[in-house]
Amino acid sequence: MHKTIGQINDRIRDGSARVVTAEEMPAIVAELGEEKALKEVDVVTTGTFGAMCSSGAFLNFGHAEPPIRMERIWLNNVEAYGGLAAVDTYIGATQESDTQGKEYGGAHVIEDLISGKTVELRASSRGTDCYPRRTLTTELALENLNQAVMCNPRNAYQRYNAATNTTDRVLNTYMGTLLPGNGNITYSGAGLLNPLSNDPKLRLIGSGVPIFLCGGPGIVVGEGTQHSPAGGFGTLMVTGDLKQMSQEYLRAATMTGYGVTMYVGLGIPLPVLDLDVVRATAVRDEDISVDIMDYGVPSRNRPSLRKVTYAELRSGAVELNGEEIRTSSLSSFRRARQVAAELKQWVESGKMTLALPTRPIDPAKQNRPMHQTKSSPKVLEIMDKKVVSVGEDEEITTAAKKLLKGETNHLPVINSGKVLVGIVTTFDISKAVANPGKAHLVRDIMKTKVITTTPDEAVDIAIQKLEKNNISALPVIDEKSHVVGILTAMNLGKLVGGRWLK
Amino acid sequence: MKLLVTFSRGKGRKPIIAQAVRDTGVLINVERAVIDSSEGEALIEVPDDQCRLVSDTMSTLGAHVRILDHGVSYDESECVDCGACISVCPREVFSFDADWKLHLDEGRCILCGKCVDACPHRALSLPL
Repeated sequence: MHKTIGQINDRIRDGSARVVTAEEMPAIVAELGEEKALKEVDVVTTGTFGAMCSSGAFLNFGHAEPPIRMERIWLNNVEAYGGLAAVDTYIGATQESDTQGKEYGGAHVIEDLISGKTVELRASSRGTDCYPRRTLTTELALENLNQAVMCNPRNAYQRYNAATNTTDRVLNTYMGTLLPGNGNITYSGAGLLNPLSNDPKLRLIGSGVPIFLCGGPGIVVGEGTQHSPAGGFGTLMVTGDLKQMSQEYLRAATMTGYGVTMYVGLGIPLPVLDLDVVRATAVRDEDISVDIMDYGVPSRNRPSLRKVTYAELRSGAVELNGEEIRTSSLSSFRRARQVAAELKQWVESGKMTLALPTRPIDPAKQNRPMHQTKSSPKVLEIMDKKVVSVGEDEEITTAAKKLLKGETNHLPVINSGKVLVGIVTTFDISKAVANPGKAHLVRDIMKTKVITTTPDEAVDIAIQKLEKNNISALPVIDEKSHVVGILTAMNLGKLVGGRWLK
Repeated sequence: MKLLVTFSRGKGRKPIIAQAVRDTGVLINVERAVIDSSEGEALIEVPDDQCRLVSDTMSTLGAHVRILDHGVSYDESECVDCGACISVCPREVFSFDADWKLHLDEGRCILCGKCVDACPHRALSLPL
């Protein structure tokens, strides 16, 4: 048996369609069996509500008198794109305010417009014969705009890897606050309610399919950027009319230490055409797994610590290396449910009918990393290869002499096996001299907690280490912890010499 | 009842908390404390009926004492019930109820402020 989209739309129009949410579907299929569920259910509604950074809106302001061809544009001091001819712009959600920084950004401008607040538009231009005006300032509300069209390049991630942190300091990431020593696990995603997880083969979701977007009707444009469904990470590009949206389903947010983002509520109604749809929409949280990634590794290829299902993540704690680690969601399951419930009501009342894709989305695509023609500078290229070190059992005076002779402020300390065991600075030695006491040997005054780098580490990562730890040198070690160089703030001068910043 | 005790350590580094325990006989629970060479701040918990006694004693010893009636301030209109606060809280103040709505057990809060930074929606703040 199968149903056509026409039959389902007829039932929606005459009010007889049976609509359920993706959360209700697994139990229905378990109770009735697949055949009866297909007969019984016409539409399954999905929903998700979470941080979707890659979002924004096209705005048209209408022409001013005298007219202006806007080249640089700010909305409440948040810069918007000025390359779309005279009076159009695109405001991106993550763009931050020139005056308030991370506490206010493009997402806040969009939320303010939707909630009925006025926003200050400032623009400048060089002035042309046809557009003589050079500057403009005005207050605008959403109703004053000709068009306000949300267009989000990458939304509705099918799933998202969870995050933890094996380092010994707090990390502030787009996955929220990650406590040191795997102190917590954060995750995002609506699991069994997620639109793409209910249609992983992309049979029903594609260009032209009607959706719920931030409280208003929207449409799928096509595949989203970074779309990678081969590995279970599909995304969608979506659009909708800002004027029909509600603050309930769109919220600006700031991830501390990271920046501005926008919480988007998005849902897709799925027509139950055949048994394949029944099986796909019966997906449970237990069936959807992601990796727990170590965000302590500052690389594109973060190591996975284990696989975990949304059911485990949502239980509140996950076992990692024999320990129960508490979990935090960054997306809201409650609001995802509200999206699916409101969408259900839209379909039941005939406010929204369904459509099949006018153009399908590739279900097998694999996202590629960036093609880089120049590799980023490595520590090896700028480190000091001539490094003076001192033995842990040598006298403090020996260390002092070495520091003077080597004209350096940092002395790596090694043991008899030439393995790095500590570091002493001119400060440590001055302190030992100023307060003469029991300390005679280098090992008595050295700092044993040494932050290090390796020759093939990217310079940007090493700089991050210097900054975060408020230090000015990093011993460079090989895999046996032998010191092969030292990277100091002085070496970084080579970077601004123009060698890499062409 | 929770009390926020602030003191300067300029004059003679008096053991204010220990002194207050001995003078009043009240067992004080130190929930959190930041004390350096010149000043200190401690959040202490005492039984409700002895709150006034401890507060007065500490004030006499030169500390500034503020009675905290509330834990972290929660702005429900900004909250989207994501739960980012849940795992960063050392006292398990936050949890989800059966409908995935955020629930606060305010009495457990020690005003450490960890959740304030973790909240993407600025729905949590420390009372001044």
